[in-house]
Amino acid sequence: MPIGLYIHVPFCLQKCRYCDFSSYPLEQGQVEHYLRGLRQEMAYYKEILTPEQKQTATIFVGGGTPTCLVSGQLTGILEQVNRFFTIIPGAEITTEANPGTVTPDSLRELRAAGFNRLSLGVQSTHRELLRLLGRIHDFEQARQAVQDARAAGFENINLDLIFGLPTQTVAHWRQSVSDILDLAPEHLSCYSLQLEEGTPLSGAVDRGQLAACPEETELAMYHIVMEMLSAAGYRHYEISNFALPGCQCRHNLLYWHNREYLGLGPAAHSHLNGVRWGNVEEIHQYVSLLHRGQRPAEEIQTLSRREQMEETVFLGLRLIEGVSLDAFQQHFGAALTEAFNKQIRDLTEKGLVELAAGHLKLTGKGLPLANQVFAEFV
Amino acid sequence: MATPQNRIRNFCIIAHIDHGKSTLADRILEYTGALSQREMTEQVLDKMDLERERGITIKLQAVRLFYKAADGQEYQLNLIDTPGHVDFTYEVSRSLAACEGALLVVDASQGIEAQTLANVYLALENDLEIIPVINKIDLPSAEPERVKQEIEDVIGLDTAESVLASAKTGLGIEEILEQVVTKIPPPQGDAEAPLQALIFDSHYDAYRGVIAYIRIVQGTLKPGMRIRMMATQKEFEVTEVGVFNPNMTFVDKLSTGEVGFVAASMKNVQDVRVGDTVTSAQKPAPQPLPGYRKVTPMVFCGLYPVDTVDYEDLRDALDKLRLNDASLIYEPETSEALGFGFRCGFLGLLHMEIIQERLEREYGLSLITTAPSVVYRVTTTKGEVLQVDNPANLPPINNIEQIEEPFVKATVMVPKDYVGTVMDLCQGKRGIYSNMEYMGVNRVMLTYEIPLSEIIYDFFDQLKSRTKGYASLDYEMQGYQASDLVKMDILLNGEPLDALSCIVHRERAYTRGRALAEKLRSLIPRHMFEIPVQAAIGNKIIARETVKAMRKDVLAKCYGGDISRKRKLLEKQKEGKRRMKQVGNVEIPQEAFMAVLSIEE
Repeated sequence: MPIGLYIHVPFCLQKCRYCDFSSYPLEQGQVEHYLRGLRQEMAYYKEILTPEQKQTATIFVGGGTPTCLVSGQLTGILEQVNRFFTIIPGAEITTEANPGTVTPDSLRELRAAGFNRLSLGVQSTHRELLRLLGRIHDFEQARQAVQDARAAGFENINLDLIFGLPTQTVAHWRQSVSDILDLAPEHLSCYSLQLEEGTPLSGAVDRGQLAACPEETELAMYHIVMEMLSAAGYRHYEISNFALPGCQCRHNLLYWHNREYLGLGPAAHSHLNGVRWGNVEEIHQYVSLLHRGQRPAEEIQTLSRREQMEETVFLGLRLIEGVSLDAFQQHFGAALTEAFNKQIRDLTEKGLVELAAGHLKLTGKGLPLANQVFAEFV
Repeated sequence: MATPQNRIRNFCIIAHIDHGKSTLADRILEYTGALSQREMTEQVLDKMDLERERGITIKLQAVRLFYKAADGQEYQLNLIDTPGHVDFTYEVSRSLAACEGALLVVDASQGIEAQTLANVYLALENDLEIIPVINKIDLPSAEPERVKQEIEDVIGLDTAESVLASAKTGLGIEEILEQVVTKIPPPQGDAEAPLQALIFDSHYDAYRGVIAYIRIVQGTLKPGMRIRMMATQKEFEVTEVGVFNPNMTFVDKLSTGEVGFVAASMKNVQDVRVGDTVTSAQKPAPQPLPGYRKVTPMVFCGLYPVDTVDYEDLRDALDKLRLNDASLIYEPETSEALGFGFRCGFLGLLHMEIIQERLEREYGLSLITTAPSVVYRVTTTKGEVLQVDNPANLPPINNIEQIEEPFVKATVMVPKDYVGTVMDLCQGKRGIYSNMEYMGVNRVMLTYEIPLSEIIYDFFDQLKSRTKGYASLDYEMQGYQASDLVKMDILLNGEPLDALSCIVHRERAYTRGRALAEKLRSLIPRHMFEIPVQAAIGNKIIARETVKAMRKDVLAKCYGGDISRKRKLLEKQKEGKRRMKQVGNVEIPQEAFMAVLSIEE
């Protein structure tokens, strides 16, 4: 079965105030350094992977902000992938983009080079909230970016939105969703804000300078977006993801189906042959390990059969359709309902999960409490 | 090689916490060559990790040193370390009784503190020669003359020959040792008389049984002798005697005036009580040394394993700790909410914290500690008198004639600017004013009678924070007085939780009830349902708060395939749950059971 390829571009023009992903300030010397490392990492895997494992059905370039590279550098990455891996026809090739770092020209170049899906970090439609998040763009730029992407030939566009922000009201959110719908994206990711320790935003909340959004408000916002998007013809297919029919993100589905993927670049994560690992975060360390012919991986973890089962369940439960009992049985040669008999019984009793149509899935009540459910499976 | 009795000096160090006792002891050991510099780890006398972390001495130690004095003679010096906390006053008094002299160490910037004063009085009661040492004179803030004056004014000691020292730099150490030799009298006592040895501490050794730390007051102690503990009447055969130099070293005998240890295959620390007298079974002394008393615990709390399967492990751990600590008592108890556990008695709050920490740290137990309680004396309408150390056991209100509670005499020393603050605090804690005395120009000694239950709440913390750390506190038990007390129950989800019941003064019940309910609301995590938290007296609800239901708990981001991170987060979430106590269908964090101690009224 073909694998997915994730490529991490660890650069940003400016760090957003809520983000704790790995990224560095954009600096050309560093970028070139990184690109050399990335090429070496691909070359490394070319040697050790079987031809079968080099069959790539999805490519996802994420960050950081991939589009803060000049477009030649970004399309260059795709050319390298083409050299070292086999991109199968019809592959989904996504790049993340910040509305403040794209132009009609750059978008045309990306489309021409083979990118066929664009994921734009819109995050909010409100000036104040965008400023609060530390975003470098306004909504006007996001609107323009979508228009330019359409003009460049992108027929599959995702927009990222965040809700549950400090000071955000339910009315704000309703307006935002409505404004976003006007842009008619094929796909929408709506995340509730996670206050990550050590980020400026969570610091401000801890110091009492900002009030975290009350749980009740967050829940109301979640319900609003579910209603509005379903009325507009989108299918809610994962806790935070909505798509027009046929436009689900195939790359992200690999994660949720607990399939195999290879992550390239600093801090990228992989799952191959029952082993999970993450690359080192620091660019110099990443490059110098590769330079010495070593794999830049750390935290290499071989999963036991039980752990694989657990992960299959808690990842699969993120999908609205749930975990397929047949697929589980086929993969593990054991019945899901037997392997997790007690958990399923307890959680069913609490009304958080249900067995229906050959799947184990979250109920409407379980959906906003998903973590409480997942924790039972680890 | 035996030291003649007239060249033995037994002494201890009296100092307030932080005034440099341990460092001074280290310097003395180093100076006399008992330890080479290379062997020194910081503060050798404080053996337990806990002691080192908290900077306080819990268990006593005794070290034998040899010092060649200016007169050309070699002297045997026995330095007995004393604990520096009010919980251990009795142990201090026994170790003082084993000495002829004491170094009074006072910080050159801080001056005398309440605890120091209490111990100096104990030393004077035991007729000890006191050598004042003004320590930390290397600090810029040092005011040795003021401190000397204070010692003269407050204690009435002549400070003309007091030693100016810095344990940190080693200044004054030789002078101290010379004064120990010239000023402290050698031990008296008849070497030919029947054996009398004072037990001032003990510890449990896995191979030798209980090791008793003793001072030979008269007679001689040798291996092979049959000995008798005069209070417990238990007899043993001596297997070994020895000294600490500072490592355990065996000797042929311990003679009159010497300090050391005895091992006699004693299996039970309860048989070897601090303050008891060791004598010879063949030729017993006519009477024991004065001053023995059985120590009684003052503070009680329930200790329960978070996970009920750990009950036996908790019992084993307590059994082991008791081998070393005769003042720790416990008996099984059951709580409706917490299941099987133990009611434990302690000398004081610090003692309680230490035991609790050792159980968690050394034995890896995860524990629920209920809020500490004093022992109430309850007279029932039928005229029975009950000792109640657990609020849950208080008889129904209609059956109570009166409740009495223990009071202490509390002495607070404080700079005069804080007198008003401290008086407010004492009054707020139901204190009854008894005296105020100036000590020198700037400091005041206040005496109050205060219920012990108020002291064990947050009195000390409040005292420290309201006086910016300048106040020091000492207290001693004074007896029982009747008070208007009621039992306050806490209901979670409508069910009373016995482990959270407490006994409070009627006038304060409302404020405390509200504060406690509010505190519990903030400590109990949201569940998938709403949880009312109520405080009640009898059937009357006096406060109500609600832990709202959890509405949303979902990790939105998928972290670019970083499943390990996700897994760790979920595991952490689960681990957090495991550390909580499940009562009915409510999960309660450990700290909730101690919440009553940290409420602000």
